[in-house]
Amino acid sequence: MIDWTSIVIVFVEILVVVGALLGGVSIMTWVERRLSAVIQFRRGPNRVGPFGLFQPIADGVKFLMKEEIVPADAYMPIYVLAPGMALTTSVFAFSVIPYGPTIELFGRKIDLVLLDMNGGVLFALAATALGVYAVVCAGWSSRNKYSLIGGLRSSAQMISYELALGLSIIGVLMVSSTLRPTVIVEQQAGWFWNWNVFGGGQLLGFILFVIAGFAETNRLPFDLPEAESELVGGYHTEYSSMKFSMFFMAEYVAMITMAALATTLFLGGYQIGIPLPLEGWPLWILQIMAFVTKVGFFMFLFVWVRWTLPRFRYDQLMNLGWKRLFPLALFNIFLTGILVAFEVI
Amino acid sequence: MELVAFVVLTALALVSGLMVILHRNQVVAALSLAANLVAIAGYYMLLNAQFLALLQVIVYAGAIMVLILFVIMLLNLPEEARKPGTGRVQAGLAIVLAAAFALILGWALIRATDGGGYPAASDTFGTVDSVGQMLFTNFFYAFEAISLLLVVAMIGAVLLAKRSVEP
Repeated sequence: MIDWTSIVIVFVEILVVVGALLGGVSIMTWVERRLSAVIQFRRGPNRVGPFGLFQPIADGVKFLMKEEIVPADAYMPIYVLAPGMALTTSVFAFSVIPYGPTIELFGRKIDLVLLDMNGGVLFALAATALGVYAVVCAGWSSRNKYSLIGGLRSSAQMISYELALGLSIIGVLMVSSTLRPTVIVEQQAGWFWNWNVFGGGQLLGFILFVIAGFAETNRLPFDLPEAESELVGGYHTEYSSMKFSMFFMAEYVAMITMAALATTLFLGGYQIGIPLPLEGWPLWILQIMAFVTKVGFFMFLFVWVRWTLPRFRYDQLMNLGWKRLFPLALFNIFLTGILVAFEVI
Repeated sequence: MELVAFVVLTALALVSGLMVILHRNQVVAALSLAANLVAIAGYYMLLNAQFLALLQVIVYAGAIMVLILFVIMLLNLPEEARKPGTGRVQAGLAIVLAAAFALILGWALIRATDGGGYPAASDTFGTVDSVGQMLFTNFFYAFEAISLLLVVAMIGAVLLAKRSVEP
């Protein structure tokens, strides 16, 4: 007997999560432009709706109506597939992230996480790892030198920084001794000093993770794959209209996923950080809001850094990844090992 | 549910596997190999070997195949080089080896279905915990030996790369 209700619940949950992610993307495009304007003493989009809030809708319509230009030489099957791969892999990675506690709805217990699996942290890493293919395929199939260089740069960069990213979370895994994101979040309950970044002694790991996360999502100061002053647009130079828009969305979804991963691993996930004498719906709503707020903080950080720092040179990028972050991540593992062995944390 | 997943994964694995050997374009072949690796990882997942599945995707599909793709794209072979090999020796050898491989697989299948020899694995044998436990108890020496081997290989690779730059 198939339990149809739970299947329906899963589908609804998927719709809600993907909807929230894409909604977050459209809000972020507005936030990014407004904030960049503030940082650079400009005004930013302020014509469509109050404070320009409806700008994403106008942009969406524009993307849909634009003429689609496909290079004559493009290798079509892969050229068409690449934007989809970019978006799918970044949405995939989000599926293991617990965005809220276990709630009760109509007498059913529902975990606010799409995929509660043993090894969920690795799943998120695996999905991000597959994201490289989208960029590489887009770069190669466009048959454009700028695109190809962008794609190759990005694959080298993402593989290099994946190491630092993976090693920086090992400290968290040693402290929590599990790979299940829901359990990692539960362990950080109570006051905010129980969060892994403070209580777990993972401040160094947290900083390394955030830096590597910037590189992994190809954001400034690590946006060499699409460095517009050198490569026109990098791997998506030859993409137009909705296909370009999908790369754009994929980048923002990847940012949200990275932010959510950092929140889950280091900043207590949906934990509020202050034990409140609440239970039931008020607590659950507050917890989901806490999660959204923390992710929002990281999104602000992404934008803030992008419009503040200049871009790295390519050799500096590789030096930072291999000669600074990598040894520091190893040192963090060593340090955490000592702390765990002497039961300090 | 498991049956549905199995059928989908099998179709993906077969189609992508055939694409690897039949497609003229090396990039497509390499991409199909990556898809094949992911499909096999799905099998591991169905067999409760989650850790193996995730590592397969991260290491093989996420890193090694990307590097291979990298090389193929940089070389960007001209059309003539893309014609399939027609060597008689290769064809004969391929048939013999494929037949041998099929025999071994068939033998394993028969042994597995009649239940003799291969005990069923427990539900938790492939989790991170149990794999880690085994690596650091039963297979500790093998694990350390492999890590030593990898370090040696890495030092060798670095040395070789260095020599070509500084004569």
